Amino acid sequence: MIQKHRLPSMIIENFNHQQSAHCESGVTLSLLRHYGIELTEPLVFGIGAGYFFGHLPFVKVNGVPGTTFRIWPGYIFKRVCSQLGVQMKVQSFSSPEKGMNALDEALAGRQPVGLQSSVYYLSYFPPAFRFHFNAHNLIAFGKDNGEYIISDPVMEGVTRLPAGELEKARFAKGFPAPKGKMYFPVKTSAGHDLPVAIKNGMKKTCFFMLKSPPPFFGHNGIAFLGRKVKKYPEKLESRKASLFIGNIIRMQEEIGTGGGGFRFLYAAFLQESARLLNNEKLVVMSDEMTRIGDEWRNFAYSAARVMKDRSGNLATYGELGDMLIALSAKEKDFFTRLSKQL
Amino acid sequence: MKKDEVPQDKKIIHGEDNSLVKVLYVTGNDGKYETTKYEGWDAENLAMSQAWDDIDERIGQTRQKVLDGELSPVAYYMEKSLMDLSTLAQYTGFWKFFVKKHLQPASFKKLSAKKLQRYASVFNITVEELTHFPG
Repeated sequence: MIQKHRLPSMIIENFNHQQSAHCESGVTLSLLRHYGIELTEPLVFGIGAGYFFGHLPFVKVNGVPGTTFRIWPGYIFKRVCSQLGVQMKVQSFSSPEKGMNALDEALAGRQPVGLQSSVYYLSYFPPAFRFHFNAHNLIAFGKDNGEYIISDPVMEGVTRLPAGELEKARFAKGFPAPKGKMYFPVKTSAGHDLPVAIKNGMKKTCFFMLKSPPPFFGHNGIAFLGRKVKKYPEKLESRKASLFIGNIIRMQEEIGTGGGGFRFLYAAFLQESARLLNNEKLVVMSDEMTRIGDEWRNFAYSAARVMKDRSGNLATYGELGDMLIALSAKEKDFFTRLSKQL
Repeated sequence: MKKDEVPQDKKIIHGEDNSLVKVLYVTGNDGKYETTKYEGWDAENLAMSQAWDDIDERIGQTRQKVLDGELSPVAYYMEKSLMDLSTLAQYTGFWKFFVKKHLQPASFKKLSAKKLQRYASVFNITVEELTHFPG
């Protein structure tokens, strides 16, 4: 009989888990901290230009059109690294074997690794969270007895995941397919200019929100969604209309934004930037962004009331649509003024 | 959002507590941002439980259709795995057109052992479970 070898245990002990509000900014924060670059989550989110809006009615997930309040997966990490002069390695794989081997090699080289995954296969989440949501990010920083040691920024503590589950999560199908995407810093450089990186991040977000081609993205996208929502009761049966707006709330929340759709995180970034750039005006802008976040929360509360009502009455959907159109105007105005300050 | 306005609404779904303690950026009394922890809030809990109600209902309806011989077990397990036609097509590697066919009982009965195995492994069940639909 062949004696089965116990798999070697390997854990990067000096890696520190930290819970964050959002997965990708959390992953980026922890990976960079491991290499001695001390930032905060709001700074990562702002420099990484994570703030966004997009509504794509033709990209449907389980029959519900996609809405996003943040930039596409992988962007924040890439952008923060390039802004701070960090060399990184980002890879995708054609086969799960290659992807898992590459992960093991990186871990053997004592590299904590960022991974794009599907929440559906992550057994440490409460069951109700486990949808086919493929844009989640986590860190693997060890392997022990066939299980990976996982630092998921959304979780309070360190978790474990059987190798088979992690493989499924990394190679989930659907939209967007993670294709085993893994990423980690390779080399850091000493001299980076934080104020410049902060300003560049703001400029990029201004560009995304103001200059994205209509109608799907930026402030145009919010108004576009508003106009769609107004028509929901005419075009959809009431149950479907209710599911569609429910999905907007869920995307607004997308783990840890308090329903502000990343607007509170951005307000925290502006406040921190005011101090780092010595710019009092940004304190005021931060307050304004907090109020925009609060308005998004109000929208979610109203949307929830409409969902409970279920009568699909035109007036209530009209009001929701108007709220979005008003939010679109507010965000347009906000970023127009922010861009003038840079 | 102010720290003292943070909701702490438990997420009860399927009769069980599905709350996840999350980090949130909030303003303190001095207007400065800080982090706090929270379990969730009504509006989002409602949106999530509505999504699950919809899924549960679809699963129930599909189950009945399978029992009535209108659809094949593939249809049931597809719903149960929260997939749609295109996701299932991508997972199995079969063309969407064929997956759609396999949802029909007649076409399902003709599936080779190999193809059944492919479906079973995507659904994380045995071929036995797939072909002998429990009632």
